[in-house]
Amino acid sequence: MSAITLKVNGQSHTLDLDPATPLLYALSDDLALRGPKFGCGLGQCGACTVIVKGQAVRSCVTPVKAVAGSEITTLEGLGAVDNLHPIQKAFLVERAAQCGFCLNGIILTAKAFLDKNPQASDQEIQQAMSTVLCRCFTNVRMLAAIRRYQQETAR
Amino acid sequence: MTRGARAALQQAGFSRRDFLKTSGALIVGFSASHSLLHAQGGGPTPGSPSLNQVDSWIAIAADGSVTAYSGKEELGQGISTAQIQLVAEELCVPIERVKLIYCDTALTPDQAHTSGSQSHPANFNKDNLAQAGATAREALLKLAANRWAVPVDQLTVADGILTVKNNPSKKTSYGELVGGKKFNLTLDRKAQRKPPSQWTVLGQPVMRPDLPALISGQFEFVHNVRLPGMLHGQVVRPPAVGATVIGVDENSVKDMPGVVKVVVRKNFVGLVAEKPWQAIQAAAKLKVDWTPGAGLPNHADFYQHLRNQKPTRDTLLVDSKDVEQRLAESASVLNATYLHPYQMHGSVGSSCAVADVQGDHATIYSPTQAVWYQRNTAAMILGLKPENLHVIYRPGSGCYGLNGADTVTYDAALLSQAVGKPVRVQLSRKDEMAWENFGNAYVIEQRAGLDAKGNILAWLHESWSPTLGNRPGPGTPGNVITGLLVGFEPEPLVPRSPAPDPRSYNNGSNGVPSYVAGRIDGANCGTGTIKSERVLLHSVRSPFWTGPLRSPARIQNTFAHECFMDELASRVKADPLEYRLRHLSDPRLTGVVKAAAKAANWDARPSPKPEVRKTGIVTGRGIACVLYEGDNGYSAMVAEVEVNQDSGKIAVKHIVVATDCGPISNPDGLRNQIEGGALQGASRALMEEVTWDDQKVTSFDWATYHSLPLGFEIPRIESVLLNRPDQAATGAGELSITLVPAAIGNAIFDATGARIRQVPFTPERVKAALAARA
Repeated sequence: MSAITLKVNGQSHTLDLDPATPLLYALSDDLALRGPKFGCGLGQCGACTVIVKGQAVRSCVTPVKAVAGSEITTLEGLGAVDNLHPIQKAFLVERAAQCGFCLNGIILTAKAFLDKNPQASDQEIQQAMSTVLCRCFTNVRMLAAIRRYQQETAR
Repeated sequence: MTRGARAALQQAGFSRRDFLKTSGALIVGFSASHSLLHAQGGGPTPGSPSLNQVDSWIAIAADGSVTAYSGKEELGQGISTAQIQLVAEELCVPIERVKLIYCDTALTPDQAHTSGSQSHPANFNKDNLAQAGATAREALLKLAANRWAVPVDQLTVADGILTVKNNPSKKTSYGELVGGKKFNLTLDRKAQRKPPSQWTVLGQPVMRPDLPALISGQFEFVHNVRLPGMLHGQVVRPPAVGATVIGVDENSVKDMPGVVKVVVRKNFVGLVAEKPWQAIQAAAKLKVDWTPGAGLPNHADFYQHLRNQKPTRDTLLVDSKDVEQRLAESASVLNATYLHPYQMHGSVGSSCAVADVQGDHATIYSPTQAVWYQRNTAAMILGLKPENLHVIYRPGSGCYGLNGADTVTYDAALLSQAVGKPVRVQLSRKDEMAWENFGNAYVIEQRAGLDAKGNILAWLHESWSPTLGNRPGPGTPGNVITGLLVGFEPEPLVPRSPAPDPRSYNNGSNGVPSYVAGRIDGANCGTGTIKSERVLLHSVRSPFWTGPLRSPARIQNTFAHECFMDELASRVKADPLEYRLRHLSDPRLTGVVKAAAKAANWDARPSPKPEVRKTGIVTGRGIACVLYEGDNGYSAMVAEVEVNQDSGKIAVKHIVVATDCGPISNPDGLRNQIEGGALQGASRALMEEVTWDDQKVTSFDWATYHSLPLGFEIPRIESVLLNRPDQAATGAGELSITLVPAAIGNAIFDATGARIRQVPFTPERVKAALAARA
């Protein structure tokens, strides 16, 4: 165990952790955040995604020591219920959820991708979103929400 | 079930689903023996709030706010929003004033499982929540009328305020009339539901109130439940199907940080640690000696194995007893065999539960589909009295049926009992996928005779499906893996052959094709015209756990029926749409078929397309329809596909779905279910299949069990909603998915002339079918 400092959603937390602990457990258990979720623990589904240095990162396979000191953003860090981020607003407008378990990974993966590739084509968005799963298959609405965010930020 | 029988049961206070669950004789296929236990249990759990009392469903506080209690829970399908709309509508209050509490054994009525597309029919017709709302409104009107000594029809009610029409100074609120008091009223079957023509809230596309919290990461899933002093558990499942524990070396983890306890009960092995990552690491290191597995049938010839299984439990759904004779008289006879694999629920989040067992009491947070049955079965697992358990539903990841929700709840309860502290367990991906109750595999043989004009004279359907376990009922914890590991048996497969003659009509599993008359006791109960008919099902023992997966048995049977109907139409060179209409007698089923065809601009001609090219990319369209469960929603689908004949890849380009589920409670929620069902159906039709070797399941993560991701090229989906305010509310969440494999299969045939009779339609299978073309 050692003291690890994590900067999450603008706040610093110093935690006593095994440095090999995947970031997900520090976020969801030590910090009790509800955004990042355990889906597979294998980096296959995206439910645990966070944004680190502008990149979508799979927190279930990322040791805390690898991100210590870096700014980490989770879904709740984007915007709260009364102050939603534009991509969250786009998901609300499109009513893009069923069970909602995957939303964390979908929204953060899309945001990280579009922030770097604001002019991405539909095909490129599809490619980027082929790394995340929604098993309720809310694809129609989620992809519409992602395009809405892209168009609104382009204005 | 006949209309008369249903009415009698409803009079007796049973809903349709209670009847289905309690009537052993009428249940077929995978749930046959399950229902017998319910028959012994006899309806709602003793001690649960009475279904006949308004107070079980509705409470009005002094401030006029309304709390509704329901036994039907939110699983992501949007039913909680629709239930809030229903209560707001019946009580004439704004939706913001209604709070809905669902599935908590301390608070809510026992409505058995939230499953089988039964929430809408159960709570939106003339029973339960809807009728409680209507009864409460009429009671409030009578109270006010008595207070002012005016007839009830002289009152108006809006926004929870009652006013005398010609004297607006006389007004009172619900809160003033009954706030904080009980109604002490029995549900009044004569209380009038508000007619759909007067609805202002129900029927509107109201947004789900939980959406902002979901989108901002604030929503509390069961995965987010945190109790003071809570520890974390992991289970160690057998390495092979049928392996049992020889010994557990607790010393193998004694130096691991945070480990609190290793727990062994018969073949259940788990451990508890202070932190989740510690538990995961320790579970991976724990040394357990297991016996070899029981051995598994060869995957490559599994369908043949299934067909040869003995003993069987046989069920006849219809039998006109003249099928052989009519087939012998037919101008031509067609045979085809359809194959469907085991498939998974594959929830994106593995299942999780939190249990706090303290001495002889327990509090359990569970994503179960049935809190009362979970309470009773968890009590059996723990050896406690059921009344000492409090089970509270908390949403899990979307389940689509029986995923790991119940089994992980037992896991958490067992581990908590062993340490006397709250324990959270979230299954590993592999523990979820290798041991969940899979959707049933099927072998389905179809046979039909045609007359000289090409009409169908006789239809014979025979199927084989393996079963092991099910949703836990009130007394069957052994229906899922953890229950078995601690010593409870799954429901037995009670052999029965030959099948007895059917005594009443039940098409709950859609074993009966839409095109036959469904004749029982001289009455046509089906939706078609073909009078010579036999449907015979054989349930056999499954080597893997099985249980309801969205559209259980219905999707497999509908795939076989609707593709075979296409084969028949093609044989006589008829347009598949016209040929269907020719053999249908039910106007609502005909209605959705015509609506889908119209919206899809149906290209009327026989399949396959004339002069099919044998290479490159070709396109085609296919149609399919169903009356779900024989009485629970009408739907028809047209799918347009592109087939790459060189790669064998299928791209679904366009899906049109027509839906008639009675009066529409929330069109936005309905569309969401239709769209999700259509794409989930596409994933299952194109790529999903459970695999195994000679010892164990080998599809246990997203690299080995294939699902369409978010970013595939999705088809354009059009929903045609046929609102039927004059009809009863039916289910809707499983309609579109039921049609997808058949609609895609028929479209592939239309495009290529190759018929694929086995799901999933992988590129290899498509190429093999193309190579086998005449």
